[in-house]
This record gives sequence, structure tokens and C-alpha cells, in this order.
Amino acid sequence: MGLIKNVLEEGFIYGIMAMGVTVSYSILKFPDLSVDGTFPLGACITAVLILAGVNPWLACAAAFLCGAAAGCVTGLLHVKLRITDLLSGILVMTAMWSVNLVITGGSAVKPFYNMPTIFNSGIASMLPKGIYTYRILIIAFVAALVVKLLLDRYLRTKSGLILQATGDNTRFVTSLAINPGRMKILGLAIGNGLTALSGSILAQQGEYANISSGTGMVVMGLASVIIGTSLLKRVSFLKLTTMAVLGSIAYKACLVAAMKLGLPTNYLKLLMAVLLTVALVSNGVLKRGKEAQLDESIG
Amino acid sequence: MSPSDNKPVSVTAKVRFEHIDKTFNRGSVNEVVLLEDFSLSVREGEFVSVVGSNGSGKTTLLNLLCGTLFPDEGRIYLGELDLTGLKDYERAAWIGRVFQDPARGTCPSLTILENMSLADNKGKSYGLGSGINRRRADFYRSQLELLHLGLEDKLHLPVGALSGGQRQALALLISTLTPIELLVLDEHTAALDPKASDTVMELTEKVVREKGITTIMVTHNLRFAASYGNRILMMHQGRCVLDAAEDEKRQYTITDLLKIFNEISVECGN
Repeated sequence: MGLIKNVLEEGFIYGIMAMGVTVSYSILKFPDLSVDGTFPLGACITAVLILAGVNPWLACAAAFLCGAAAGCVTGLLHVKLRITDLLSGILVMTAMWSVNLVITGGSAVKPFYNMPTIFNSGIASMLPKGIYTYRILIIAFVAALVVKLLLDRYLRTKSGLILQATGDNTRFVTSLAINPGRMKILGLAIGNGLTALSGSILAQQGEYANISSGTGMVVMGLASVIIGTSLLKRVSFLKLTTMAVLGSIAYKACLVAAMKLGLPTNYLKLLMAVLLTVALVSNGVLKRGKEAQLDESIG
Repeated sequence: MSPSDNKPVSVTAKVRFEHIDKTFNRGSVNEVVLLEDFSLSVREGEFVSVVGSNGSGKTTLLNLLCGTLFPDEGRIYLGELDLTGLKDYERAAWIGRVFQDPARGTCPSLTILENMSLADNKGKSYGLGSGINRRRADFYRSQLELLHLGLEDKLHLPVGALSGGQRQALALLISTLTPIELLVLDEHTAALDPKASDTVMELTEKVVREKGITTIMVTHNLRFAASYGNRILMMHQGRCVLDAAEDEKRQYTITDLLKIFNEISVECGN
């Protein structure tokens, strides 16, 4: 039971990042590697703000905004300086390592034990005794739900539809007298903002920020999105955002199951890579990737 | 044949190319001088069909006009407006374009209603208001009925599920949904089967006539070039080798056009 609770908690927290990756990868078709840098960015900012006595919910908002700013940098590198999508992400990811160290004042781990977090202050402290042990699960679920509903709502607005069109057919966006570059930057801002928010919430759950917590986040986010969409694509009423969160939970369950079966912790990242590989192959993404390349060379 | 290269440029023209130079792969062994001191003007309300062999410069002309390519020298005007330095998405405010590939004019994962609502909003801001415009749904339906393709009952179908002909008809409708000053058709029937291409061409004629939009159509279909529009241009190696409007155009049958076309093709060994 404790195990299931654990899977769900982390599934919802990382699910917020998976929704961010949905925006950049599934909607914009942009393989955004800066996620590895913006995830710990959210954590570091949260640690510093909470230690300074800032309200933890405000710290979440600040994490989102800083992540969005970093996403804008990725977008600007790609759109204005015409650097390829992969390299733009790598540049920001690398730069973020230093930025995060500067934020934490040089320490790789920044603990904030016994400080108010979203899991122990405010609404959480008002939960009745009986369900207090489930507070992390409840708050993580509510946070993921709010993000999902807001994102779903946004994707139905004019701006949201244009964002989807930008990933689908850039020329259509251009023909509507809209600069598709600006939409790409906006999408990357949303994606990285959500990633940093996810990093912020994970840090508050553990009450410390870890600068290397971002390693493998791209792989985890992509795996969640792809597992979610390939497992659930036949369920037509499910939105991309829901699939991402459910994918994230399924992915976490796989990792926990492997650990339970006795896989040493050192093999965790290897397992993460293997899971993504399996997800990619079983989803036929490789084949579709080739087709997309062909389309581009024809166009 | 009346070469138009050195015709005086009319100031009342809707579209003006003035002394355009365009060279591809400059400085390399593959250097191709495509346009040299090229000038052309199109009057308001004219429907120009442009034909010519591959590499004659007709698609380059459209790309220069729409801002996908920029000239090395010379200027391009739309009415009094100097387009030369403007980006493609900036020019799209006044220019509608339909591409050869039916996939390019619409967004496949969005529904017909979403595509039309977005297109209908062109020129306004794309903010946080609802993406679909339900109040205009009846208007969209009435526009779709004009296509006679049964699309009016499929407003909620993703455009990706439509056939090429249906998508192209929709793309044409979408590009002219808001008032534009110039319609650019880039071999827009070339990828369709004969029946669909006839349907789309008839539809084009109807839209252009009803809305009175100045139109430039590049086509490989000499029959369409002969029977539609009120001016024909034949391009060869970056020059207009034939430029006939109104009565003069009507004298050219498809056989005449084919004859001229073959002559210029033989000239360069095609």
C-alpha cells in the first residue's frame, strides 16, 4: 500500500513535468533537452526562497516563471540565432548547471528541513487527522489536476490552437500573418515553466534541492509521454495531458517494480534509458521519425 | 509574342516587380542567374496565369512575392506598399497563398471548425479567447456548402481525415475567408486527380470573380492557363516570352500555347 502511495505521489509530481514535455515534444515537435537544466532550476529557486521565508506557493510560482524564462532562452537561441533544436537545448541545459550553483550559493545540495512547504503548511495543515498521512498524495494530485485543467483550457484558446498548429504545419501559422517563431518560444516557455514547477514540488516533498536532480529528466519526461500516448491512444476521450500524467505514473510503477525485484540503484538511469527505448520502438516512433525527415527533405 | 521585360511600369498597378535580380548559389560552381533586371506589373483585379518550363523562374517569382525568398536587387510593391524587406508572415496580412501540396494550407490535427475559426481571426489578436467561433459556425457551414463536397456536415472532423481535393478546396476557402489584396496560387491543382483538380479550378474561378481579388496563378496545366483568367504569361529562363491580356489572350488556344511551349523547350534542349 505504501508502495502504491509512493508511486502515485511521484507519478503526479513528475506528471507535471510530463505535461510540460507534452507541450514541447508532442505539440511543438521540439525535442527539448533544456528540461534537464530547468527541473533543478525550479528546485534551487524554491529552496532559496523558502529559506528566505517566502510563502511556498509563491515559491512554486517563482519556479514556474524562472523555468519559463529559461525556456525563452532555448527558444530565442533556436529561432533568432537559428541554432538547431537539440543544440539549443544542450546549451541551456549546460548553462543551467552554473546558474543553479549560483542560485544555491555554490552548494550542490540545499536542504530546507522543517521549513514551511506546500505539504505541511497552509491548506495541508488544515487536512483532517485521518487523511494527514495522505497529504502529499492529495496535494500532488490537486497540483497535477490544476495544471492539467489550466493547460487543457489554454489549448482550446486561440493562442493554444495556434500553438498546436505551429507544431503541425508552420506554413499555416505563417499564412495567418503570425510569426511562428514567437509561438515556438511561447511553447518552450510553458514547457520549461511546468518542468521547473515540477522540480519545485519535488524539492518541497523531500525538503531539499539537489542540483543533479535534473539528470535524465528528458528521458523520463519523454518516456512518460510516449508510454502514456501509446498505452492510451485508443481511449479517444483522453486528452494529451491526461495521457502524460497516467504515463508518468505507469513509468514510476515500472521503476519501483524493478527496484523491488532487486535491481541495484546504480542501474536506475540505465533502466530509464531502456524503458524509453522500449517505449519508442513499441510506439513505432522510429518509423514515423523517418517519414517526418522524408517530408522535410521533400518540402 | 510580346516580351514585357522593358514595358514601362504602371503606377496604378496592384503588384509591381521592379528590376529584380536573383541569383542562386552565388559564387559556387552551381551558380544560377535566374532573374536579371526583371520587371512586371499586374493591374488591380487581374487574374494572371503563369506557365513555363521547370526552372523558368515562375515559382521563384511567387516566393519573392510572398517573402519566402528575397531579391538580390530591385523592389517589390503591393499597391503603394513596399514589400521588399517584409517577412513572409508580415506579408501574409495582405496576401493569401494556396500551395501545390494540399497539406500545407490547413492544419491536419485541428478540426474544420477550428481551422476556419483561426483563419477567420486573421489580422486580429490570437489571445486567450475561445479558439472556436460558434456564432460564426452557420456562416462557415454556408461557405462550405458552396464547395459541394459535403464538408458542411463535418465541421468537427480533423482536417487530416479529408482527401487531397477536399483539403485543397478548404485551403482555398480559408485563404480567402478574410479580405486580402492578392491571391497567389502555386500549382494548386497539380497534386490532385483530374476530377478534383477541375473542381478546385472551377471553385477558384468562382471565388476570384465573386471577391474580385487580384490573382496570380502558376500552373503546368496549359488548358487551365488558356481557359481561366484574363492574362497569360509564359516564362522561360527568367523572362516573359509571352504576355497576352484580355482579347489578345483569348486568341491563344491550348494548341498555340503548346506550340510556343515546345519551341522554347527545344531551344534549350529539353
